[in-house]
Amino acid sequence: MADQPMTGSEVILKALVDQGVEVIFGYPGGAVLPLYDAMFKQNSLRHILVRQEGGAVHAAEGYARSTGKVGVVLVTSGPGATNAVTGLTDALMDSIPIVCLTGQVPTHLIGNDAFQEADTTGITRPCTKHNYLVKDPKDLARVMHEAFYVARSGRPGPVVIDLPKDILVGAASYVPPERVKHRSYKPQVKGDLRKIEAAVEMMMKAKRPVFYCGGGVVNSGPAASKLLGQLVHLTGFPCTLTLMGLGAFPASDPQFLGMLGMHGTYEANLAMHGADLLINVGARFDDRVTGRLNAFSPNSKKIHIDIDQSSINKNVAVDLPIVGDAGHVLEDLIKVWKAKQPKIDQKAHKAWWTQIDQWRARDCLKYKPGKDVIKPQYALQRLYEAIKDRDHYITTEVGQHQMWAAQYLKFEEPNRWMTSGGLGTMGYGLPAAMGVQIAHPKALVIDVAGEASILMNIQEMSTIAQYRLPVKVFILNNEYMGMVRQWQELLHGGRYSESYMESLPDFVKLAEAFGAVGLRASKPDELDGVIKEMLATDKAVIADILVDKTENCFPMIPSGAAHNDMLLGPGDESGKPADKSVSEEGMVLV
Amino acid sequence: MAQTQTVERHTIAVLVDNEPGILARVVGLFSGRGYNIESLTVAEVDAAERLSRITVVTSGTPMVIEQIKAQLSRLVPVHKVSDLTVEGPHIERELILVKVAGTGEKRVESLRIADVFRARVVDSTIESFVFEVTGSTEKLDAFINLMRPLGLVDVSRTGVVAIARGPKPL
Ligand SMILES: Cc1ncc(C[n+]2csc(CCOP(=O)(O)OP(=O)(O)O)c2C)c(N)n1
Ligand SMILES: [Mg+2]
Repeated sequence: MADQPMTGSEVILKALVDQGVEVIFGYPGGAVLPLYDAMFKQNSLRHILVRQEGGAVHAAEGYARSTGKVGVVLVTSGPGATNAVTGLTDALMDSIPIVCLTGQVPTHLIGNDAFQEADTTGITRPCTKHNYLVKDPKDLARVMHEAFYVARSGRPGPVVIDLPKDILVGAASYVPPERVKHRSYKPQVKGDLRKIEAAVEMMMKAKRPVFYCGGGVVNSGPAASKLLGQLVHLTGFPCTLTLMGLGAFPASDPQFLGMLGMHGTYEANLAMHGADLLINVGARFDDRVTGRLNAFSPNSKKIHIDIDQSSINKNVAVDLPIVGDAGHVLEDLIKVWKAKQPKIDQKAHKAWWTQIDQWRARDCLKYKPGKDVIKPQYALQRLYEAIKDRDHYITTEVGQHQMWAAQYLKFEEPNRWMTSGGLGTMGYGLPAAMGVQIAHPKALVIDVAGEASILMNIQEMSTIAQYRLPVKVFILNNEYMGMVRQWQELLHGGRYSESYMESLPDFVKLAEAFGAVGLRASKPDELDGVIKEMLATDKAVIADILVDKTENCFPMIPSGAAHNDMLLGPGDESGKPADKSVSEEGMVLV
Repeated sequence: MAQTQTVERHTIAVLVDNEPGILARVVGLFSGRGYNIESLTVAEVDAAERLSRITVVTSGTPMVIEQIKAQLSRLVPVHKVSDLTVEGPHIERELILVKVAGTGEKRVESLRIADVFRARVVDSTIESFVFEVTGSTEKLDAFINLMRPLGLVDVSRTGVVAIARGPKPL
């Protein structure tokens, strides 16, 4: 087989199959027609035709994040490639493994401003983990296999392969994946054992420890989440998760403090602030988590476990860095902990938990229930009650609804929660849900959406129709870019500049226009019925939930404030109300 | 952890695959993340292995220097990153070509100074010289400053190349 003459397109398809790829999300065009032609003649790969290339990348992200596999994208040159840029950046920020094949004008035309030419490797260099321009057919198979290795190993990320059209049609020879070894790229997965021992020593001595864990645990694979659970239980320490880490530790576990950060829980943020030891596993001290850096967890020693050396000491100087894969390091930590049979300071730990329980008693996610109007938090609580016993996956758009989903939906397992964390890309959720549903045809897949975000990739309803995907879109419709409105209320004197969504479509009719079912709830007593009907429908549904237009998302640490400077909601009588004061320094922060 | 905020100058050697775009990757990393480049040189050093060596002189606080090294190491085509400034004694050299135009006493004086700096005359006309000088950045700065009043009209400078002292390779 390897000796038979093959075209470049055939080599690409064979490499995809040998890499275990089953699904490609893509959109054709002149530069990639030979590849589409070769695809027409085979049955091993399924192609999902999206409606805009941006949708293809987010769909591949949803597919990747819910399966742990590499998501594959195929787009044409020029506008096809530039449309993919947002998705690539999103995947880079959230460490999602993607291989994106882009068409390119033939090699002899590169640099001539040819029709649909763009400098794709130039444009995508800063928004990919790595990229390639294949100019010689003999490199093609190697580059394909290398790209998959780079995308999924180490800290995962997106890789672009730019494919001039003459490479697709010319003769090329195939090399199987086993014969490809990378020359320079060798990520470190095992942590330094001496440092792991030192970490255990620090953990044994801690009086107010907290595990602070993130997407790195999810990316390491489901085994890492199991190991994290074991270690947290062995030690008895509290555990908080970042937005990207939700599901890595069960939300129902009594040792879970909820999410931390800007819209994290009171107990999680105050535990971070009051801790004497942070054990960071696979999180990156993002500014949404740390708040004001010079007031971040001021009295703690910090252990940082990360597969990416460059995440260490980037924002926060740590005392003990351990470079390695979360799963491997957790396994070693458990071994060493068990071997040492540590005697921890029971009295101190008891006092720490007593303190945490006091913080918890503030019940920071409490909100004033609505009589005639649906509170968004209530809508999500009812949704969760209805889905918690079903096999379900959640995606979100970006805004208040996203933060409420993170707060009020509970995640018991990893890979169940897909959200755009680092880039905060409105329009992510619908195509991501599509990708999740392709990977898990039988599961319940819900995009928790805002009415503004959903319009950013609404064209994908057409893809959903074509492949009969029963995706559910649950819109918390506040007729505002709620998160923008909230910042304008708190920071800009209530001047709601351009944040009101005028001329919204009728989402019920919109659903029907795409062959889906449209439902609407405008009063609290209609909510359960709509949720029930949505879940009972085996087609795609858009549920337009009209919620309180002026509800704000609390708790909130305003930009530039410290963890102990949290604004609590108006429902919290015991705490200080949102005093709307933000430092000048904070005003310039995003 | 106590961290000093003093800005330090470091010379970093980077061994990379000699492939298209590698320089853009390195330069893009520095500009995208707001790091300084005081000088940057690159050339292939091993044709058989297709390896190039980049020498970059940069400055930043210790935390930023650590970041720069970690970010460079993370680039897929990078084989090795070595901070020559912290890894023991090393030699830094630059080469400049300096064109001095003029006649009379200034012309004679420029030749005299060139001699002191062990500069070579690599081109001359009745009214100009081109000098070639190698040395440390400081030496070359001094040479340029002395030539300025003597009719300096053009300078071309390589930027720093560097190598560790002793028998060990990068
Ligand atoms: C592509 C993009 N453009 C702009 C923003 C800035 N932004 C963040 S949240 C938001 C409003 C989202 O409104 P909606 O989808 O209705 O969600 P809500 O906050 O009302 O729940 C905007 C404009 C963004 N995150 N992404
Ligand atoms: Mg809204």
